[in-house]
Amino acid sequence: MASIVAIVSTSHESVAGGAPIFIEKDAEKAQETAFFLEKIMDATAHDLKNGSFILVDRSR
Amino acid sequence: MSNYLHEHRMVVGVMAGIAFGLLARILLLRTDYRQYPTYPHGQIIHISLGVIASALGAVAVPALYQKNLTALTFLTVAAQQFREVRNMERETLSKMDSMEIVSRGTSYIEGIAMVFEGRNYLVIMAAMAASLFAVAFNLWIGIAGGLLSLIIVWKLKSGKSISAIADIIPGKVRIEGPDLYVDNIYIMNVGLQSNRDIIAKHGLGLIVKPRSANGRVTLSNLGQRQAILYDLSTILGLHSDTGEPALVPLAKLDLDSGCLGVFIIPHERDLSKACEIAGRVPLLEMAVRMPSKAGVNQGEGGSNG
Repeated sequence: MASIVAIVSTSHESVAGGAPIFIEKDAEKAQETAFFLEKIMDATAHDLKNGSFILVDRSR
Repeated sequence: MSNYLHEHRMVVGVMAGIAFGLLARILLLRTDYRQYPTYPHGQIIHISLGVIASALGAVAVPALYQKNLTALTFLTVAAQQFREVRNMERETLSKMDSMEIVSRGTSYIEGIAMVFEGRNYLVIMAAMAASLFAVAFNLWIGIAGGLLSLIIVWKLKSGKSISAIADIIPGKVRIEGPDLYVDNIYIMNVGLQSNRDIIAKHGLGLIVKPRSANGRVTLSNLGQRQAILYDLSTILGLHSDTGEPALVPLAKLDLDSGCLGVFIIPHERDLSKACEIAGRVPLLEMAVRMPSKAGVNQGEGGSNG
């Protein structure tokens, strides 16, 4: 099963939980962080359309 | 000459059997776009095994003529040997598969391994036929029998392809926000703008439309879908790399119509070629299902698959 390895968000209120959370000030910065995390973690970035990205690892 | 041939007809029969068996193996050994078996050593291995198979098939008939019935049990050794070939191929391909960005998938590997085993039995049959006719009649009839068996072997060589059960039509890759569609089939959520740009530039979509209920079930098999993606990515190339998990070819079903939406990211963006390739993907024996043959569906017609 896939697992969430990180969350990138612009709103602090909409995210919580066990994965590392990165809060960014705007959508552009969030895209950038999600991009870096995708390349570093080999995980896929998915857009939840609420200003949050989840990075999902499907390799396991 | 004919006296000599008659006198040594057992040897002549065995020789004819080996020759036709070997010819059958060479005929069946084709290294195509998949580059498998590899050249030259992979091919040497299979030709050598072909010689062993044809020798086993060829000596079976003289053994029967000599009333040496126990010699026939040697054929069981052959069966064991070729099961080993199947295991060997399965193991090699499975190991290689972990090093591929788009994997073949276990069904495709099992299909290839099975073909290797099956073809060795075809070689035994060809050798046996040539040897039987050469021993029972004469060398010339043996050659005719051998040629006939080669024709049968050629006919049995290849199975069906996707185009036998489905129509392939070009699809339109559509990106709405993070959502990626091929026509109206949802493929995946692409989070990063950079990936969306690459997909918009290089992505290609196909729709595989099954013609019958049987085809629909076959296309829903994950192994068959992976085989389609593998063949498309091998022939057209893949615009992706390791560490790019968002740039993967995917195939998803439209649950209402049973159509398969195929999304690929090729180097060579040629839609008509992609349709042609998808149509030629081998129909995996393991994936074929025939729900129309079930007792409850009898009398409703429609055989395909």
